[in-house]
Amino acid sequence: MKKVAYFHPALRVLHWLMAAAILSMLFIGVAMVSTVSSLHALLVSIHKPLGVMILLLVIVRLWLRFTTATPSLPDSIPVWQRLIAHLSHWVLYVMMLAQPLIGWAMLSAAGNSVTLGNGIVLPPIVPVDNDWYAILRPLHTWVAFALFATILLHLAAALLHAFILRDGVFNSMTGIRNTRLTLGTSRDRQASHRRYRA
Amino acid sequence: MNIKAHINRQTFVRLALVGIIPLILFVLFLWAGGWLTPERLTSDKLVNVLQQSGGLHEGYRRNHAKGMCVLGKFISNGNASTLSRASVFSKGESAVTGRFAIAGGNPGAPDYTVPVRSMALAFQQANGEQWRTGMNAMPFFPVSSVESFYELQTATLPDAATGKPNPEKLAAFVTKHPEIKPFFAWAKQYIPSASWASDRYNSLNAFRLIDKAGKEHLVRWSMVPHASFVPISDADKQNKDFLQQDLKRRLEQGSLEWDLVFTLAQEGDKGNDATKAWPADRKTVNAGTLVLNKTLPQQQGPCNDINFDPLILPDGMAASDDPILNARSSAYAKSYNLRTHEQAQHAGEKL
Repeated sequence: MKKVAYFHPALRVLHWLMAAAILSMLFIGVAMVSTVSSLHALLVSIHKPLGVMILLLVIVRLWLRFTTATPSLPDSIPVWQRLIAHLSHWVLYVMMLAQPLIGWAMLSAAGNSVTLGNGIVLPPIVPVDNDWYAILRPLHTWVAFALFATILLHLAAALLHAFILRDGVFNSMTGIRNTRLTLGTSRDRQASHRRYRA
Repeated sequence: MNIKAHINRQTFVRLALVGIIPLILFVLFLWAGGWLTPERLTSDKLVNVLQQSGGLHEGYRRNHAKGMCVLGKFISNGNASTLSRASVFSKGESAVTGRFAIAGGNPGAPDYTVPVRSMALAFQQANGEQWRTGMNAMPFFPVSSVESFYELQTATLPDAATGKPNPEKLAAFVTKHPEIKPFFAWAKQYIPSASWASDRYNSLNAFRLIDKAGKEHLVRWSMVPHASFVPISDADKQNKDFLQQDLKRRLEQGSLEWDLVFTLAQEGDKGNDATKAWPADRKTVNAGTLVLNKTLPQQQGPCNDINFDPLILPDGMAASDDPILNARSSAYAKSYNLRTHEQAQHAGEKL
């Protein structure tokens, strides 16, 4: 596969769109199950179609991820960090795919349909079954917590690359040209030193 | 300025941002889930207070714990199809799974000790959508907000010393919430019937029906019994399961029927105050007949695993601005999650 510095533009758009959607979804999820205010019904009515949207987007994203060239990590990153990076990405993909399916299955097991508004109803994917619901409902919560924790670690690592290491890893997802890398690290630093002196 | 110190400071700020940005998200997440605001009323708190008053009975609903399942159908006459585009109101039949119950969290409570009775129904539409409703055999709700419902439950909790609710606490509640007085007046003159079959069940909360043109109609509904009223007998007052035995006996002899009657709000009728019944002269629409023909025990019965969440509504029906509806939906879900989990655990232990 050819060497690239950035993810495919479509993947970058999907990444940031899904980042916003998934974070919203996690906040909506914990808020809607705890609140007894009038927000409850509104949040539930957003949660279901947004979940279906995320499911569709992650399928498109995985397809793009497998079919487009992805930038390799810079050589400066040690092997163990590469392993963690790759593992965490696949853990994120698995959870992004599993979580909407668990939600759908959980509602199916409760005999409750996924309604998307305007009378659009998704068919059940598991039979109505109390034992299934008793497993799937807590699982939906635990996967949400695990997903949120992984996202926070992913975000911290991304910010470390963006603010401290500045090695092009963060830019590979933003698509912004890394001036420091292209200009050459030492020359760039000298240039900035000169600016500070001035 | 010293360049090295400047760069170090810049690095420090950047490093701090790496930690602070995820931390802010984490704190916001805790806040959204209500974990940072213990004084906020949540579904957990509502379920807990019900659990305290009725006692913890694992595997049972946290309220209206004692009941039984029924099966039947709804025969729509098509009259309500001008008010709602939901297919359940087109002329025709829908399968119904339902449940009769008495209020309170104790599944072993004697039937005659509980004044409030309920009927819950799940109407199945052909497109997969359901209409679920839980109705009570009383004319209006005791309180109009979730906060006052919680306060009422707290005020009527059994006192640790006497084992009975503290009358002073209840008196203080009534002073603060005079809107409950009509409910107590109703309860005082209320004579229970001898049967679930002869009770009239009311939605209490208001809803919106949405017609084909998208026009909304503010309504409440009632299940009006065909069976005539017979007051509770002295023998019934000695029999803690008289309601269940009566229902079984009646259904062995034939089906039981109710009319589904919608009451339409007029200009000025409020949808957000369940303590006030709308005036009796409001227009009504008889939408059809509920026919129940079979009863089953609730444990392992077809109604047991149904959460009669009042906000599970088909397209063509929607919630009103009644704040109680959201609280019911949220708390029912919590109760459902708890009891289904407990049931699965108990089933697992038996294996």
